[in-house]
Order: sequence, then structure tokens, then C-alpha cells
Amino acid sequence: MATKGPMQDPSVDPVIDPMIDPRTGEYAVIAPGHNFKSVTQKIAGIVLTSNTPLGWFFGLIVAAGVTMGLVIGCTWLFLKGVGIWGVTIPGAWGFAIINFVWWIGIGHAGTLISAILLLFKQTWRNSINRFAEAMTIFAVVCAGTFPLIHVGRPWLAYWLFPYPNTMNVWPQFRSPLAWDVFAVSTYASISIIFWYIGMIPDFGTLRDRATMPAAKYFYGMLSLGWRGSTRHWIRYESASLLLAGLSTPLVLSVHTVISFDFAVAALAGWHTTIFPPYFVAGAVYSGFAMVLTLAIPIRKFYHMEDLVTLRHLDNMAKVMLATGSIVAYGYGMEVFMAWYSASHWEFFMMWNRMFGPMGWAYWILILTNIAIPLTTLWSRKLRVNVTFLFILSLIVNTGMWFERFVIVVTSLYREYLPSSWGTYRATKWDYMIYVGTMGLFTFLFFLFVRFLPMIPMSEIRMMLPQTKVTPGGANAETISQEES
Amino acid sequence: MPPREGIYGLLAEFNTPGELVHATEEAHRAGYRRMECYTPYPVEQAAEALHFHQTRVPLVCLLGGLMGVTTAFLMETWINVWAYPLNIAGRPLFSWPAFIIPAYEWTILFAGFSAALGMIALNGLPQLYHPVFNAPNFRNGATTDKFFLCLEAVDPKFSLSETRAFLEQFPAVSVVEVDH
Repeated sequence: MATKGPMQDPSVDPVIDPMIDPRTGEYAVIAPGHNFKSVTQKIAGIVLTSNTPLGWFFGLIVAAGVTMGLVIGCTWLFLKGVGIWGVTIPGAWGFAIINFVWWIGIGHAGTLISAILLLFKQTWRNSINRFAEAMTIFAVVCAGTFPLIHVGRPWLAYWLFPYPNTMNVWPQFRSPLAWDVFAVSTYASISIIFWYIGMIPDFGTLRDRATMPAAKYFYGMLSLGWRGSTRHWIRYESASLLLAGLSTPLVLSVHTVISFDFAVAALAGWHTTIFPPYFVAGAVYSGFAMVLTLAIPIRKFYHMEDLVTLRHLDNMAKVMLATGSIVAYGYGMEVFMAWYSASHWEFFMMWNRMFGPMGWAYWILILTNIAIPLTTLWSRKLRVNVTFLFILSLIVNTGMWFERFVIVVTSLYREYLPSSWGTYRATKWDYMIYVGTMGLFTFLFFLFVRFLPMIPMSEIRMMLPQTKVTPGGANAETISQEES
Repeated sequence: MPPREGIYGLLAEFNTPGELVHATEEAHRAGYRRMECYTPYPVEQAAEALHFHQTRVPLVCLLGGLMGVTTAFLMETWINVWAYPLNIAGRPLFSWPAFIIPAYEWTILFAGFSAALGMIALNGLPQLYHPVFNAPNFRNGATTDKFFLCLEAVDPKFSLSETRAFLEQFPAVSVVEVDH
């Protein structure tokens, strides 16, 4: 991946920035000068320090405060029922489904980074996969909340699972909603086990470096007695690869199944065959945006610029550009098929979506999801501009939320019969619960960066130049001196 | 299990993976078989030097996946055909295309758990006590930046003085005895 620009020719522009490789002009994946010890110290230090930064406490308290919105909203919901929400007939699917699809989509980038990029041997993923996976799990937690609380009687949500009961009632497996239960619960389980398996060697490191007895005990238990035996490593690598191979079709299937919730319905704007790939691409798009939203402040706050480099941000921006283009194609195809199919209902749905009472949502979506990102991300200067990327990631996350809003609401509130038209208006409880899940997500993330290794140390070590095994066992450092 | 008495093995510490791999190759050539390398990250060449290639993790994973697909598909068929038959717009009770999706998800669920738990079980984990942790330098470096080779006392070729002399010919930082 050669890049253009003045950095490419070191004779014209002698390397000022140590992060730029003079031979390729690309940003390094790890800053030069790191060794096994410094990498370990840097990452383990965040977890094992007895000096928690004040900013962390501040952030945790703010996040906990926002989470109270979820607690209060859910309490009132359980007392009063879903009538406190804006859902009504015909807009029977409101914020609950919008937020569910949005959150689960955000999770997808984590699995993509940890699984698909591992299979493709993209080593740059190593610095960002751990917190991307954490993001996946916390996003699935937030996503899972919505189906559970929107079933009407949430204390009976376990009826969705096939279990022997005295009533002899069983789930209906022809329904996409039953498929959802299987897809999302599998996704959550596999993500958690993949995440935990990935952390076992790092827990071993933390156990060995911890000084406080409580930390030694905690990480010692979590590490299961990991000692870095070569036979263990080979089985471990084999299991990681298998999990990656299994997660890859899983991540594609989860959002496909979720798109079936819509696509199986006979409603204009919902039953389109483009939904599965278009939903998956949108999920990856919003997921990478969320990784950037999280990675940029974290690398700044914890001074991780030499491990999460501009190269990572650049690559993630490129993935966003690609998936955003697929999403743009999806929008184009929806409009095209509304015209080309010559279906009166489809045509009206599209017209109503664009110029009806909720047309503003459609144009916000086009602006934030397509117009701004897909024009700016082509520029390399902007792709490595950290402030710009952070703002853009927030814009894309908003855009993807609007995409789900437009799909759910504008198809539903004006369907076939004009006599049954209505409208949809979210209430303050809708907003409170939605914002509350953002608080929950942030709260869990704050706990994660404090107590778990947020960058996989064992995988970062593999990328260092010292890992070179030389015949006869000569010292790697002397070899590199001879070479130069 | 009561702790065994005596020496578990001799543990040599190296600074680079190259030195470790070289020593392991030499040890294998000298006839040692019961040995193990300990590294802070996976070193494939060390596994080659130990002549350890095959793992049964993929087989466990495959069996788990087959179990998952069978369980889910049979369960769905039993539920929707016999246990709780529902006539939904005249669709067949045995709607196998619809059953494939949950069956597919459970294939992945069972296969993933088999791969992960199978790896842990085949590795003999969790095992919070292991003799190598007794070595004073092991916990300082084995999971950070040092490379260890342990020749175990159960090896028929093992003799404390000869094995120590063998290990000391390499540029090892130290060679220490590990007790049970």
C-alpha cells in the first residue's frame, strides 16, 4: 500500500516524523524503539497502577449518572407498560427496534477487526482489537436490553427461549423474531468467549507483574495458570484461528438475520433482497465509526499514540470509506428499485420517505451518512487528522441511527391503506432510555480500560522486530546492527 | 494430589527467541524428549524444534459444530412438528428452510465453545499450580520478555550434572533447578 505525497521521497523531505517509515512513506504500526519490556510496561501500567487518573473517576461518575436515565426509564416502563413510549398503531415499532439495530450494528466492527482481519493476517489490527471486542460486548449488552424491555411483559422475556415448561408452549421457529433470539444470544456468547480467550495470556502477564495481593489473586484466577508453554501456545493459536473463522460467518449472519426481521414482512420499503448485505455494510460502517469515537480519546488520554498510530486511524477510515460506499449503493438501489419495479406502493414509500412529513430525517441521513463522510474520506490529509476523524465518527454514528429511524418509521406509519395512516412521535421516555444505554455503554467501557488490558500485549510483542528467530540463535539485535 | 518430591527439571533462561530455538533444537538432537519451552508470545519455530505439530483442537471444534447443528435442527423439528404444531397460513409443519437459521447459529455456538473450552481442557488448564512457577526468575520474565527452556527430570536421559553442563554450553542467562 504505497501512499502518495511528499513523505514518499526521503531525499526531498528528510524524515522529521519518527513515525513515518522512510522506505515506504507510511506511518508505522508501532513507534520505533519499543521492546518486549516497554510494551508490557506501558499496557500493564494502566491496569496495575495504584494511581488511577482523576479523569477516569470523573468520566465514570458522569457515565453512571447518564446510566441512571436507563434505570429510571426502565423502572417507569415496567410499572406503566410500553404505553409510555411513542409506539402506537400503525407505528408499532419505534425506538426500541431502531436502537436495537443501531447498537448491534456498532458491535460488528469489533468482531470484524478481531476475526476477519486476523484471517487476512492484517497485523495492524493487533493494537485495536481488544477494545474493539470490548466495544462489541458492551454494544450487544445495550442492544439486548431493547428486545427484552419492549416485549410488553419483560419479566416473561425468557419465554423466547426453548425450554421445557409446564404450559407446553414452545417458540415458533418460522418467525424471524425467534431467529433473532438465536442469532443475538450466539453472537453475545461467542464474542465473550473470544474476548476472554484472547485475554488469558495477558492475564498471566498481569498476574506476574502485580504487586498488590488482591490484583495477584484476581488476575491469577482469570489467567487459569497460564505459563506460556509452547504446546499451549500452539493450541491457543489454533483455537483463536478457529474462533475467528467461526465469528466471520457469524458476524455476517447476525445482521442478516436482523435484516430478515424487516425483509420477511410484506411492507413497502422493507421486503427488499438488498437488505442483508446492506445492513451488514451499514453495521460495519457504524462500528468502525464507534471504534474511532472510542480510540481517539483513549489514545490521547493514556498516551497510546505509539501503539495506536495514525496508520490505524487511516486504515479504519479507509474501511469506513469502503463500507460507506456500499451503504450509499444500498440507498441508491432502494431509490432505483422503487422506480424500476413500477410498484405503486414502493414508489409512494420512497416519495414519502424523501418529501413526506418525515423527509427531514431522510435528508439528515443522506447528509451525515453519505455526503459528508464519502466526500472527505478520500483525502489522506483528513484521514490522518485526528480531530476531524473524531468529529466525523460522531457524524457517521448519528447518520447510521437516522438510517434505522428512516427504515423503521417511514415505512410503517404510512403503509398501504391511507385510512390507517398515522404518525410516530418519540416521547421523553424513549429518549431517556436511549441516552441511558449510551451511559451504560460508556460506564462499562470505563471499567474495562481500568481493570483489563486494553491492548493485547502478547500480540503486540509478536509485531516487534526482536521476534526474528535467526539460525544458530544469534542475537537479533546484533544481526540488525550488522545489516545496517 | 499430594505434591511430588524432588526435582521437576532444569530451567534455562534466554534473552532472545533465536537462542531458545537453537537450544531446543540441540536438546532434541541430543536425545531429550520431555521438555517444554515457555515464551511470552507464540514462537512457531520453538514448536517445530519440539516436534509438536498436531493439535486436536480443530477436531474438537468440528465435533462440537456437528453436535450443534444436529441438536438445533432436531429440536426445532420436534418442537414445531410434534410438541407444539401451529398452523400458520397453511405453511408446512416441517418448514426446514426456516429451521436452518437457528441451526446455523447453534453450529457456530457449539463449535466456538468446543474450540475454546477444548483448548483449555487439552492444555490442562485451569492449573493454578505448576512447578515452573517455583523458579525465582520465571515469573519475572516468562510472560514479559524472557524465553525459557525446561528439560524435565522424567526424561530418561536426564541427569542433573550432565544436563546442566549441556544447557550451560548455550548463552543462557541462567540455568536453575526447579523443584516440584
